[in-house]
Parts: sequence; C-alpha cells; structure tokens
Amino acid sequence: MAPLLDVDSLAVTLPGPRGPLPILHDVSLTVDEGELVGIAGESGCGKSLTAQTLLGLLPPGATVSGSARFAGTDLLGLDQRGWQRVRGAGIAMVFQDPTAALHPMLTIGRQLTEHMRVHLRMDRRAANRRAVELLDQVRIPDPERALRSYPHQFSGGMRQRAAIAIALAARPRLLIADEPTTALDVTVQAGILALLDRLRAETGLAVAFITHDLGVLSALTTRGYVFYAGRVVETGPTGELLTAPTHPYTAALLGARPHGTQAVGTLRPIPGGPPAPGQAPPGCPFQPRCGYAEPACGTSPPPLTPAGEHRSVACVVRPHLEVAAR
Amino acid sequence: MSSLLRISDVQVEYRSRGNGRVRAVAGVSLDVAPGQIVGLVGESGCGKSSLARVAVGLTPPSAGEVSFAGRPITPLGWRRRPETEIGLQMVFQNPYASLNPRRTIGAQLLDGVPATVTGAARNARVVELLDRVGMPAEAADRYPHQFSGGQRQRLAIARALAPQPRMIIADEPVTALDASSQAQVVNLLVGLVRELDMGMLFISHDLALVHEIADVTAVMYLGRIVETAPTRELWRDPRHPYTRALIDAVPQIGPTPRLPATLAGEVPDPANAPTGCRFRPRCAHAFAPCGDQPPTLDLGGRSAACWLNDPATASAAVASH
Amino acid sequence: MTTIAPDPVAPDPKVDRALSRRRWLGRLRGGSTRPVWRQPVTLAALVILGGWLLVAIFAPLIAPYDPLAQSPDAYASPSAAHWFGTDSLGRDILSRVIHGARLSIPLALAIVSLALLVGGLLGLLAGYLGRLADEALMRLTDLVFAFPQIILAMAVTAAFGPNTRNAVLALVIVSWPVYARVIRSAVISMRGDDYLNAARLLGVGPVKALRRDVLPNSIGPAIVLATLELGNAVLLLAALSFLGLGPRPPAAEWGSMVALGSQDLSMWWVSVFPGLAILTVVMAFNVLGDALRDRLDPRYAKGR
Repeated sequence: MAPLLDVDSLAVTLPGPRGPLPILHDVSLTVDEGELVGIAGESGCGKSLTAQTLLGLLPPGATVSGSARFAGTDLLGLDQRGWQRVRGAGIAMVFQDPTAALHPMLTIGRQLTEHMRVHLRMDRRAANRRAVELLDQVRIPDPERALRSYPHQFSGGMRQRAAIAIALAARPRLLIADEPTTALDVTVQAGILALLDRLRAETGLAVAFITHDLGVLSALTTRGYVFYAGRVVETGPTGELLTAPTHPYTAALLGARPHGTQAVGTLRPIPGGPPAPGQAPPGCPFQPRCGYAEPACGTSPPPLTPAGEHRSVACVVRPHLEVAAR
Repeated sequence: MSSLLRISDVQVEYRSRGNGRVRAVAGVSLDVAPGQIVGLVGESGCGKSSLARVAVGLTPPSAGEVSFAGRPITPLGWRRRPETEIGLQMVFQNPYASLNPRRTIGAQLLDGVPATVTGAARNARVVELLDRVGMPAEAADRYPHQFSGGQRQRLAIARALAPQPRMIIADEPVTALDASSQAQVVNLLVGLVRELDMGMLFISHDLALVHEIADVTAVMYLGRIVETAPTRELWRDPRHPYTRALIDAVPQIGPTPRLPATLAGEVPDPANAPTGCRFRPRCAHAFAPCGDQPPTLDLGGRSAACWLNDPATASAAVASH
Repeated sequence: MTTIAPDPVAPDPKVDRALSRRRWLGRLRGGSTRPVWRQPVTLAALVILGGWLLVAIFAPLIAPYDPLAQSPDAYASPSAAHWFGTDSLGRDILSRVIHGARLSIPLALAIVSLALLVGGLLGLLAGYLGRLADEALMRLTDLVFAFPQIILAMAVTAAFGPNTRNAVLALVIVSWPVYARVIRSAVISMRGDDYLNAARLLGVGPVKALRRDVLPNSIGPAIVLATLELGNAVLLLAALSFLGLGPRPPAAEWGSMVALGSQDLSMWWVSVFPGLAILTVVMAFNVLGDALRDRLDPRYAKGR
C-alpha cells in the first residue's frame, strides 16, 4: 500500500539577504494512514519548514525541488485552489501557540462552524451539530457552552484542544502538529498526547508530530525522524531509535536530557550550536560537534543508508554508542 | 541545620480586575541551607514565580517573612538594596528581557562588582566573571543582541555572580532555551553553585530537570507547597497524590510508546480556589477529611500536606474503600 | 507563573531575520533602512532645516535691511529693492522673515525641550512608581487635555501677561502632558523586562537605575514625538503672536507678521512670505519626525 504522505528528496531554499539560503536538503519521509510519526530536532533544524512546505505555506521566493505526494496528489505542483482543497480536508495543522490560530474576537463556535459552512457547505444547524460533536471529541467539557465562549476564557490546554477541533473540522486525513504541547504544563501535555492517540485509534487520523522533546516522541509515536541542519540524520521505529541510536547526534540529544542519576555533569551538553543555514560545513553537518568524527566525515554529507530492518542512518562512522536511556 | 534563606508562611495577594483579591501564594514556608540546591516545581499559575520575587524583595509579601543569612529581607521599593541583601541574587527566566539592550555586557556586569574593588581590578573582575561562564573577554564590549539565548543566559549568570553572592534564586532559567543550551546552562549553573558553595533555589516546571540537580524538591500546587522531600525519595515514593500525578505525567523514553498518565480536570482559578485541600477536586484519593485543609505533616526528613499521611484519617480511607 | 511564555524553540535568528525581512520590510520599507541620502524627502527636509539654521545664525549678514527700520515706502509690492515687499510701516519683509528665524526656531526648540523635560520626568516617575503617583499624574494630564491647546495657552498667557517668556511658558504647560503619557506607557511596557530588576538587585540605586535602565529604553518614542511637535510649536507660537499674546511688536516674529498682513489681503505679500517660512519649517520638522520614528522603531532597531 502506498503511504498517505510520501516525501522524496525534498529540498527547500529560502531567499536570504545575501543570496539564497538552503534550509532543507534531501528530506525523505513517509506517513501511513493512521500512523503516529514523530519528527525531532533542535530549533532551526528545518522540521517546521518541512510542515510549511507540505501545507503550501512557504514564503514567496522559496524554491522547492524533489517530490511530495499526498494521497496520490502531487503537492508541489498544486495551484492556490488545489492547496485550498488539500489544506482543509487533506492535511490540517496545529501549532505551538494555539492563541495564534484562534481569532480572539470570535467565539469558538463561530470559528468552528464558519470553517465547515465554507469548506463543507453545511447549513447552520448541521454545522452547529458537528461543532458540538467535535468539541466533545477533543474532550472539551460542556461543548454547548464552549461554543459560545471566546478563546481568552479558555486555559492554554483547552485552547489547544479547541485548535485541534478546528483543525479536525473538515475531517483531514493527516494532522501535522508542530510542537503543540511545548508551551503546556506536563499534566496538560499528557492530556493532549492522549487525545491525539485516541483520535488516531478512533478515526484513523495520521499524525505527524513535530517536537524537540524526545520523551514526547517516545511516548506517542511509533516511527521517528531525527532532523539536523535541514537533513534527516536517522529514522526508524521510535523505540529502537531512542533506546539504541546509531547516529551520534541522536545519542548526543539523548545524553543532554535529564536521566535522574543526580550528580553534577550528568547532563551531557552537546558542545557548540547547530550551523546557521548556508554555513553548514562540507561533509556531515554534525561533524564539528561530533565526538566520533573522522577525516572521512569532512568530504561530503553522508546519505541516509539502511541500517538494519526499518532503520536508516546518515553516518559514515557509526560508532558503538552508549546511551544512558531509561 | 541553619538555613541561608528562610521563607516563613509567606502569602502574596494581587488585586485583579473584577476578581477582587487573588491569593497567588497562600502561606508557603521553605528553607534553603548553604551549599544546598532546592528545587521548586509546579505548573504555571501555582505561584512559584511570585514566591521568587518576594524572596528577593522585588515584591512585598502580603503576610509572612523572608530572611536571608539571619536578617529579614525588606521589600525593595524606592531605595537602594542594603549591602546585606546583595548576597542574594536572582537569574531570570527570559534572557531576552533580563539584559539591558542599550548597555554593553561589561557595563552591566560592573553594576554588580562591589565598590571595594577599584581601578583596573574592576575590569579584571569582569573578565574573570565572563571566563567563569565560558564567555570570551571580548563579550564585555558587546551588546546583548549580539548573543544567542543560551549565551545571554550565561551572561545573566555572570552578572548574578558579580557581587559574589551566597545564594541564587533561579526562576525557570532554561525554559526559554533550546535543548542543547538547556543542558549547557544547567550544568554551568549547578557547577558554579557547587564550586562556590552557594545555596540555590531552582524554580522550574520541569520535574525531570529538577530531579537531576536538586538535593531537596518542593512541589507547589495552587499557592501552597504540597510536598517537600529529598529529591530521590520524592521521586521514588511520592507522598502526595499531586506529586505522583506530576511524575507520572512526564513522558519517558522506552522501547514501545507508552502515553504518560493524565490528570483529571484543570488547575482551578486561584481567585476561587477549592476549600479544604486545594487538590481535592482532581484527586483520585479524595475522601471525607479532605474538606479540611490538611496540615503539613512531618514525615521524618520530609513533609507532605495530605490527609493520607495522617495515620488517624488514613485508616478511615482504607476502611471506606 | 510563566506569564511571558517565550518561545522555547526560538527559530534560528538568521532564517528568522531573512523571513521577517521579507514579510515586513517588503511592505513597510519606506526608506527606513536606507541611508538618508537615498531618501529624497528626508534629505530635502534636512537641507531646508539646515538652510534655516544658517539663515538664523547669519541673519544680520544676509538681511538686506534692518528688520525694524521703518521707511515711508509702506506696502511696497515685491520688487528688486524689496524682494518680498514691505509692510504697513515700510519695513523690509525679507529682512523680517530672515530675522524671524532667529526668534521662531529657537523658541520652538525651547518650548519642545522644556515640555519634553517636564513631561518626560513626570512620565518617568509616574510609570516607575505606579499607583498613586501614576493616578495623580494621569488625572492632571486629563485636565490639560480637556481644553483645546490654543485656548488654554491663551488663558495662561493672558493671566501672566502677554510677552515672549509667558507665551513659551504657556505652550510648555499645554504640551508637556503628551510627553508624560508617551514616556509613561513606554516605561510601563519595559517595567516587565527584568533587566531593571536585575540591576536593582545588584544594588543599583533607584535614580541611577532610572537613568541607565529605564530612560534610554523608553525615551525613543518621546524624541520622535518631540520632533513632530516642533512644527506644532512653531504654529502655536505663531498663533499666539497672531493674537497679540506672543513676542511683542515690533519684534520680527513670523506669526505676528502673518497677523499684520491678514488685515488686508490685497497686500498678499505681507502675510504670504512669513507664512511660507512657517510652512517650510513645520513640514521639514514633520518629515524629519517621521523618518526618526521609522529609524527608532524597535523592529528596525533590533538588528543593529
């Protein structure tokens, strides 16, 4: 069966003040129907830009190459009208800051139903009924009352639930969630993660979950991609990826997390910072920060190559890694 | 054990529009000993930042007292901070707002260098401070916008170290930073506190992080401390249901996906906090005695404010189940 | 507690800058990031003001006649001898306009700087202290705002006696509240920034903290406003003079010169030339104020 989303060798370049800046290089990823896929990496690694590309939200002047197919449609060849169709009913998105996705002066009900009346041509009655159903689905208590509320009357977690309800209004098949729990407290985050998992189980929704938190990645997703400097450096089943990483960067990210060993220096920070776009060194982009780098790493960026069943890694050294993952 | 910072029964109230008075901190007591790192965890709105501001004197408490090195902290107001209080410093959450954008880093560090250091020694001190936080001497001549978030937080730490403090209150110091800078800044901060034998109150919403660095952890919920214990004990055997819920909500890395446990309901508005135990409406173990505010029970080296720990009431709970 | 929820995954500054340049500057680029010599309008304003400054400094050397010297040749229309004509007392209007620059421009500067000083200081304190001080100041500004500026200025001048000093005083009294309000709100918006708190915790005294941490970060908008208000000050001063409440005759003040000519408009040159002088100065100050605002806007200032 062909995957729901199939991105192949995607490269994106953004215009910069001093010439074009390559942001994404040779990104390939797939999401199956009803699958929870995680995308992890530090800020500026290109994970959010990947999402923008898949929704046709790139800034003007960006150049894209490679291919991205969604349910048989070639996304990169779409015109504005085509994007409109894909965005509502095909791919939907929720963001880190739900307040940015909600209009502060309109009731939740209005924002929910307007969407449906425009995109799905529902009448007011049907739209209202569906809105109540959606709010119920995202576990917002007392949906009838919630319809008449304004975003500021909701807590952060409830706002994110409302934003998810709006994203689900047109019954998308893929939900891209860009750090949707990063600004939330852990107990609230737990609720949102459970919600996404239940939506997948009940409606067959596929979720691409973008996060920098490897714990969240492990708790929710079955397959993961680790991004670094605009490239996928490692991919595989999330559990294997995080308990037995093969790329030094994945291992380093894991080492920088708290382990509960309680001694100074148990957080093992990765030295330095990720390269700015356009300033990645020749060869492996992680090589200047990598403890295992060899001369071979400096020649050309290593391609993503299969490493065991269902796994791939972009590393020529592939050292024996020790990870203190619990 | 004598404490360096002692917070005794502090309350903080805000006047809020439409709600009258809101009690953000409803009677908190907390001690930090010299050389000790105390973690204060709690979710947004629990009052932990309000408490931090009261502790350094930035805002006056509406009741209760804070003392540092045996002397009471007086609210700052319109006066110079007394010499005796300068040994208590703070690192703020947002490194983009805690450095003056229009002054050089050097000038801002010099603010904290004691007046007893004079002449060329002042600049030498700045260089030394920068070196301590792993920044080059040239940073002194630069402006804050020329640095990344992680670097700014290092500079803010250097500034807090300038008067050679005995204690640092760090209010969510890494929340605004990236994963790899988080680890760098936390290691730096903890390393310095240990090396210089300072006390630290480390305030965070990140339980796992506090677990990593704190000797003692206090858990705050809706304006009250619900549990205080040596960090390992707290993590291994939480005695308050809220602590348990917080620990269970932290996503863990494992071979198969396992969703963190969820907690029913939401944090209530502090303006209408529940009567009795404030966690009662969300607590799976709530029983009759919870209608009364539980006292902070001493459990031998640790304490918790939950009726389940009171032998008299707990037996009733078992009986009713 | 995390009232300001900062973006924990701050986007890469480089990309962010590239993106935001495209998004905002593309539309807003009104010349704000271009050097001054690439902005013809601002450049023209600078040239005009520079010209007036030279005129004011070298007035006695440039003016062909004594501005106060009367002659029997009253109401002479513009000619080779009197380029701008003469007024009812036969005084040379060109010379009076030239000398007027020595009066109007410094007076406008004085009014604006005094108002900025008074309003700035009060606004700074109100914003910093908050509560009662703030409340009191805001009601005071409301009181001043309740009257039309010119009416209040007239009342004050009339009460103290019409002369140049009192006209300036009156105009300071009517114009300080704007600065107070602008600085106050700037102070309030930066009060949440912790660098002020950090400095105070290090033992920096409140006055020093106000000067180093609060003032430089809140004065930008007021400076821009002051530049815009310079034009207004010239106009108000002219209006007071026009009404006989400003500099006393026979002083060559542009406003009173316009007033003199307005009695009989068939002698157009009597009021048109001082009027043009006012117009050019006011417009130049306004353009400069706009340019300054663009330049000081934090969105543009951040990157440098």
